[in-house]
Amino acid sequence: MAEQLLDVEDLKVRFRTEDGIVRAVDGVSFALERGKVLGIVGESGSGKSVTAMTILGLTRGVNASFEGAVKYRGENLLRKSEAELRRFRGNEIAMIFQDPMTSLNPVYRVGAQICEVITTHEDVGKVVARRRAVQLLRQVGIPNPERRVDDYPHQFSGGMRQRAMIAMALANNPDILIADEPTTALDVTIQAQIIELIDKLKDDFNSSVILITHDLGVVAEIADDIAVMYAGRIVEYGSTRDIFYDPQHPYTWGLLGSIPRLDEARPEKLHSISGAPPSLINLPRGCKFRPRCPHAFDKCIEEPGLESRVEDPGHLDRCWLPVDEKRNLRELTIHSGRSEAA
Amino acid sequence: MTTNGKTPLVEAVHLRKYFPIKAGLLQREVARVHAVDDVSIEVFEGETLGLVGESGCGKSTFGRTMVRLLEPTDGDVRFEGQSIAALGARALRPLRREMQMVFQDPYASLNPRKRVGSIIGGPLKIHGIGDAKERRRRVQELLEIVGLSPEHFNRFPHEFSGGQRQRIGVARALALRPKLIVADEPVSALDVSIQAQMINLLEELQDEFSLTYVFIAHDLGVVRHVSDRIAVMYLGKLVELSPAQELYERPIMPYTEALLSAVPIPDPDLSAQRERIVLEGDVPSPIDPPSGCRFHPRCRYASEICSQVEPPLTDYGNGHLAACHHPLNVDAETLARVTAAPETPAAADEAALPKDTSGESRPVPEP
Repeated sequence: MAEQLLDVEDLKVRFRTEDGIVRAVDGVSFALERGKVLGIVGESGSGKSVTAMTILGLTRGVNASFEGAVKYRGENLLRKSEAELRRFRGNEIAMIFQDPMTSLNPVYRVGAQICEVITTHEDVGKVVARRRAVQLLRQVGIPNPERRVDDYPHQFSGGMRQRAMIAMALANNPDILIADEPTTALDVTIQAQIIELIDKLKDDFNSSVILITHDLGVVAEIADDIAVMYAGRIVEYGSTRDIFYDPQHPYTWGLLGSIPRLDEARPEKLHSISGAPPSLINLPRGCKFRPRCPHAFDKCIEEPGLESRVEDPGHLDRCWLPVDEKRNLRELTIHSGRSEAA
Repeated sequence: MTTNGKTPLVEAVHLRKYFPIKAGLLQREVARVHAVDDVSIEVFEGETLGLVGESGCGKSTFGRTMVRLLEPTDGDVRFEGQSIAALGARALRPLRREMQMVFQDPYASLNPRKRVGSIIGGPLKIHGIGDAKERRRRVQELLEIVGLSPEHFNRFPHEFSGGQRQRIGVARALALRPKLIVADEPVSALDVSIQAQMINLLEELQDEFSLTYVFIAHDLGVVRHVSDRIAVMYLGKLVELSPAQELYERPIMPYTEALLSAVPIPDPDLSAQRERIVLEGDVPSPIDPPSGCRFHPRCRYASEICSQVEPPLTDYGNGHLAACHHPLNVDAETLARVTAAPETPAAADEAALPKDTSGESRPVPEP
């Protein structure tokens, strides 16, 4: 069995606000093995980014409270102090953010920003750090890195900035790379380059990747496992094949059905999930997807646990519908393109 | 161009829009951004024209110039046959009622200090339509049309979600019963499930009010779903124009081929099987665009002629135009009878019609 790097156990993140308590993450568990890519898919407000940021301790604040555990090689990161966490951040676990325009400091040279990451965690001199920065830029495919290392971020295009961010994240050869919507701000052609790059570098650096996205097309390409999140919890978890070829949760069907696909005939009407995601302050009773679910029935007033209901023990979901019924129902949603919206 | 007896509602004729870059004490013009460079497109009544391309290709500028939110540098825009490129603000006002826009960002395009009622009623007031009571009734009717509740009249934009705000933006565009709506990335800021709601709404409204759409987006899946015809732009140039389905089955311009192959497919097996053309590098600067065919530095079929001669927009029949020296998916027979389309930019060499089919390597994977 491969080495288990990360183990998130029943993670709960709450924020106290003027309007009430926001249950941003409400009982999320998953594990990550070395060399694997886990895709976390969900809409805005589903808790996917908060989960990722909490792993690195980036959501700490006076109004935040945490439960559960985030175990990195057996050590619970939630219990670490800020100073202790700094040893992990950027070194063992690194993160790439969505917007490469705002996550680089505009007044420092790109190279200086990469060097800073290296010298923070390692006792190396300026010359060595700079040489490493050039090498990293070359690895992420920046042409002419010897010259570009002295450029400012505004001299880079969007795609190049995201490459520079990746170079920075990989500077200390981290075990885990968390990519939070790394391609959302980029054009499709550049998105294809970046996804290919992450996939290649994962092997070169022998890292694991947590890829957060709302785009099922992106995870289909490189993820090994997928967690579908809704209202702060995982509603379905399984291998990429499970999620795409045997999806068990009506929300997953809805997501699959609402993408206009190039590989299929154009449907008359796109499937759309009616309504909007619930408020995280005032969550509905029982299954959180119940108010939007066209298949909801009496039992859904009770919240289903995340467990395996199919033949494959690794494929988990939160839905009370009998498996046979689901397999019959879902085609309508995913492929017919008939809208069930109100 | 096959007109099929249809009349263009709006047409751009060799439209150019350059933005000057000024520098120095005297603010002299030192360079120009060639945002839209000699683009001619007709938009027919009742159709949806999709406009795609990477960021910086000029698609938004083109959309805005078409409704005269920007002044064209050169060329003409005709609305129902009438030239509007040179009209003054006063003469333009009645035409403004016919052409409306829906913007990308539902957070930035609604004034946060105004109530929904006055946002949607704004266009009515400006054009002096009805008294306060009638306008209120009309706004409430519009709210219902776009799937909101008439009680939302007195609320502020911040009380709505992204999808609902975009509905408000659509209601505002509909207020004056326009004929043409230019929608600039109307769904790209929305979540997937909400995106589908919005697309369905726009399609319903088109049927109900016989609207004509110019739909600008970078998501090729969304564009195929809504469009009748699709125009592909690259660095300010129109490089391909085709009926929607045909563009996906038989792209002629290598750029379109690459663009299509970059769209992720939400199916792991298909995704793994497919050969993907990864375009190297970024879009060059529109300040100093490459010579000849603007795509040649990134094109895998490029030859010597591509860097020297700008290819004419060639008519391949069935309303499918493309500007390329090495067209894909075209047989020799078709190639023998191609002609330069009247939309060809002035700078292109009309004599340089494509003869070479060496680029006809492989068809795009069939859906």
